[in-house]
Amino acid sequence: MIQKFDVIEKEALENLEKEQKSDIPQIYVGCATCGNATGAQSVVQTITDKLEKENIKAEIKEVGCIGMCFAEVLLDVIKPGQPRISYHGVTPETAEEIVDSYLVKDDHRPDLALGYFGEGGPADVERIDTGDVFKNQQRVILKNCGIIDPENINEYIAHGGYKGLAEALEMKQEDIISVLKDSGLRGRGGAGFPAGRKWESCLKPQADQKYVICNADEGDPGAFMDRSVLEGDPHSVIEGMTIAGYTIGSSKGYFYVRAEYPLAIKRLRKAIAQAKEKNLLGDDILGTGFNFDLEIFQGAGAFVCGESTALVMSIEGNRGWPKPLPRPRTTEEGLWGKPTLLNNVKTFSVVPQVLSKGADWFKSIGTEGSPGTAVFALTGKINRSGLIEVPMGIELKKIIYEIGGGILDDKKFKAVQTGGPSGGCLPEDKLHLAVDFDTLVKAGSMMGSGGMVVIDESTCMVDVARYFLDFTFEESCGQCVPCRQGTQQMLEILNDICEGRGREGDIEYLLEMGDSIIKGSICGLGQTAPNPVLSTIQYFRDEYEAHIKDHACPALVCKNLIVFHIDEEKCTACGRCRKACPVEAISGEKKVPHTIDQNKCTKCGICFQECPERFSAVVRLTGKENLAAAASGKEG
Amino acid sequence: MMLKITINGLDIEVEKGITVFEAAEQAGIYIPPLCHHPDLPTFGGCRICMVDADGKIVTACRAPVKDGMIVKTDTEEVRKVRLTNVELILASHNKDCQGCSRNNSCRLQEVSAFVGINQDRMRKIRRSVEAVKPDDSNPFFHRDFTRCILCGICIRTCEEINGVAAIDFAFRGFHTRVSVLGDKPLKDSKCESCGECLVRCPTGALYLAKPALVEREVESVCTYCGVGCGVKIGVRGDRVIKVDGNRDNPVNRGDLCVKGRFGFDFINHPERLKKPKIKKDGIFVEATWDEALDFIADKMHDIKAKHGADALGAISSARCSNEENYLFQKIFRALGTNNVDHCARL
Repeated sequence: MIQKFDVIEKEALENLEKEQKSDIPQIYVGCATCGNATGAQSVVQTITDKLEKENIKAEIKEVGCIGMCFAEVLLDVIKPGQPRISYHGVTPETAEEIVDSYLVKDDHRPDLALGYFGEGGPADVERIDTGDVFKNQQRVILKNCGIIDPENINEYIAHGGYKGLAEALEMKQEDIISVLKDSGLRGRGGAGFPAGRKWESCLKPQADQKYVICNADEGDPGAFMDRSVLEGDPHSVIEGMTIAGYTIGSSKGYFYVRAEYPLAIKRLRKAIAQAKEKNLLGDDILGTGFNFDLEIFQGAGAFVCGESTALVMSIEGNRGWPKPLPRPRTTEEGLWGKPTLLNNVKTFSVVPQVLSKGADWFKSIGTEGSPGTAVFALTGKINRSGLIEVPMGIELKKIIYEIGGGILDDKKFKAVQTGGPSGGCLPEDKLHLAVDFDTLVKAGSMMGSGGMVVIDESTCMVDVARYFLDFTFEESCGQCVPCRQGTQQMLEILNDICEGRGREGDIEYLLEMGDSIIKGSICGLGQTAPNPVLSTIQYFRDEYEAHIKDHACPALVCKNLIVFHIDEEKCTACGRCRKACPVEAISGEKKVPHTIDQNKCTKCGICFQECPERFSAVVRLTGKENLAAAASGKEG
Repeated sequence: MMLKITINGLDIEVEKGITVFEAAEQAGIYIPPLCHHPDLPTFGGCRICMVDADGKIVTACRAPVKDGMIVKTDTEEVRKVRLTNVELILASHNKDCQGCSRNNSCRLQEVSAFVGINQDRMRKIRRSVEAVKPDDSNPFFHRDFTRCILCGICIRTCEEINGVAAIDFAFRGFHTRVSVLGDKPLKDSKCESCGECLVRCPTGALYLAKPALVEREVESVCTYCGVGCGVKIGVRGDRVIKVDGNRDNPVNRGDLCVKGRFGFDFINHPERLKKPKIKKDGIFVEATWDEALDFIADKMHDIKAKHGADALGAISSARCSNEENYLFQKIFRALGTNNVDHCARL
């Protein structure tokens, strides 16, 4: 190992050891964007003030996201000689209580605790790392997220960081590529292109300058994997990019981060400065003569700029438009016409570990065709939403029912949407499918960059398709006809279907148009835009037909296709709905069952929510007959 | 180097480096173009010229020919993709063809007919034309956004041919339209009103502010400057109503500037001098050409006799052609003076 690195590593390890042996308790607060949004900063402030005021000795660390978003704000305490106890849903008030009872006294407050990590915890609290949330997970990319202080480079180094770089700098460039090829690592941006091959095709061309770009323009609705990595473990990405720079012979790298990620940008800036200070970045890295510098470029918020050629155009100062085929590969002619290596955040962040732990280690995780792990942002109608990392090949149902804890409010599962607006919806009978790049594509969806939205029975599938299409419609760059006009046309048709103006033949027309858009569009955005529609038609065609033929929304969601009705026999004339109705559409008196004036009703649904569950007198009706009856005033 | 390719079963030899579109053109096979223009670099946005090349659907305007390539321009898949694309363009296109200046000379009409647009299928489409007011700020030509198909030909023309780059795509996705910096009216931009975009617009999105129904065309040379651009003057009756660049003229190959293309009102102006005038007793009096030329010749002889040839001086005009200017200086040198100058030098 390079001598200079040994010194750096030794110092970091000594620091860590000192901390572990110290008699001061450590307090960790999850302060990624997710934590801050739920109030982590005010928790940090409260504790800091309290420790100071009452002269309590403890160290507070703002860490990244450990992935348990359902439990934010998370506050963990490690008292000397004790395991790490995690408290959930912490507020400034409960934070003070925790300090009073656990730090000052010795009551670990099982009522506020979520659980503990490691062994030897109190019996009345659950162990988390072997529990449902973590037992099926394998944290490789996220291994440091929520564990280390992302603003302290020593912690990263003490946890094995920059070892991959130190090793790489002593390897031949071709050898690094063959390790990557052996490992079978595929790009984590969504398409799954073999990383080793990409790096190799960027090594080959001769050029006076080459570039490395990290694509952190994460834009799928409901996806926050890359943000969490950048906020929780920025050094891993910097290390991966520096290795890439050394391998392909580049001295300059760019982070393309969307401007909507201010915390990630702040932490990256800090991390870059720290790495430079330690001679792990900048000129003459670790005395090897290799120079590599990193610059942050903030994206202005166009989804299409996640596409590699549009991203390059954007950095060059042009309109963010993808380049139509045939075009030279980015690895041969990318940024400013120079060979450019572009990978996703997660790809770069896993590279150091692949190098330091070896290709065989990486291959031992996941499946043969898709080795390694997959990071998902698990959201939707699920009990435990959050950021998870699982070995490739895990069954979808394990993710949803074990890690995610099943469907919210014990409702029935209907579908799971993966791959964001480019992906598709899979129904219950596909839940046995293994999660990897190829299997999901075959089933009509895709891995994508890692969004996973769980849908329950109270969700209308036509409405879901409409939601995603509205997104691609808004985000289409406007360059090519099929995507620019096609997404608009499909959206208009879906709007019509959801609002009762669907026509016979619309489904077939959507299928035909979807096929043409896929074949005709310039870039991946257009080529995948119809997927949410096509996959919902494939698996939930009956819902489309009900909307068109019977003007019925089986999930009782589409406003134009439902009416609110009060069941006279169940109504106890309590008057709650009448008082709550914002448009005074409900009439009735004491002891007289209430009725809804359909001419006044705006279908806001407040009466439905107000009616106590024990009565359940307000019901939603759908279908041509009910709509016609309501329109003629007979129903009420 | 020559490459052998097959288009629709026809074996042809083409030069290396050309596109499938150009190869098909050479073989006389029609591929519908919309955003393609022979004067400009390719764009590849309309997706109408798609063909099957070795089993892959590609845009003919961008795909380079490869040796042994098998191209099919008329498979079912190709027809379907093209048809859908044209239908999609029409869905948001102002189809009031009768009210359009380009009716019967419109590329979109040509392509629509070729791909076989039929009204039964069009009924499935949801029509949706964005109501954006036309930009009629420029006195020479206007832009109707409802007829624009966003082919980008005007933008590329402005940048690549004229080097002005006054216009570009603005906004995103379905709301994309051609605009200028700051989305101002065209007249407040750096547009030089040369009208090169107008000439190349495949639809009626760019149209003349004053419609001109030309009766006959007369080839001539622009009178404005020494470049001497070839023009085709559009005439109705005895009036000049339009000027176009002559693409066959080697000087300008069809290009014109704002003066040459639009500055012809003076020709028909009532105050325009059509006959020479001679000042008599302090007042200009109309004369014949013979009177005027005799008058000038006499005066020149007098001056030369009295004061020598170098007392004469001559200034010619940039509005004359090169040949005329050559003859002009020749006359004065023959008279014995080199005092010849030209307004373009002053």
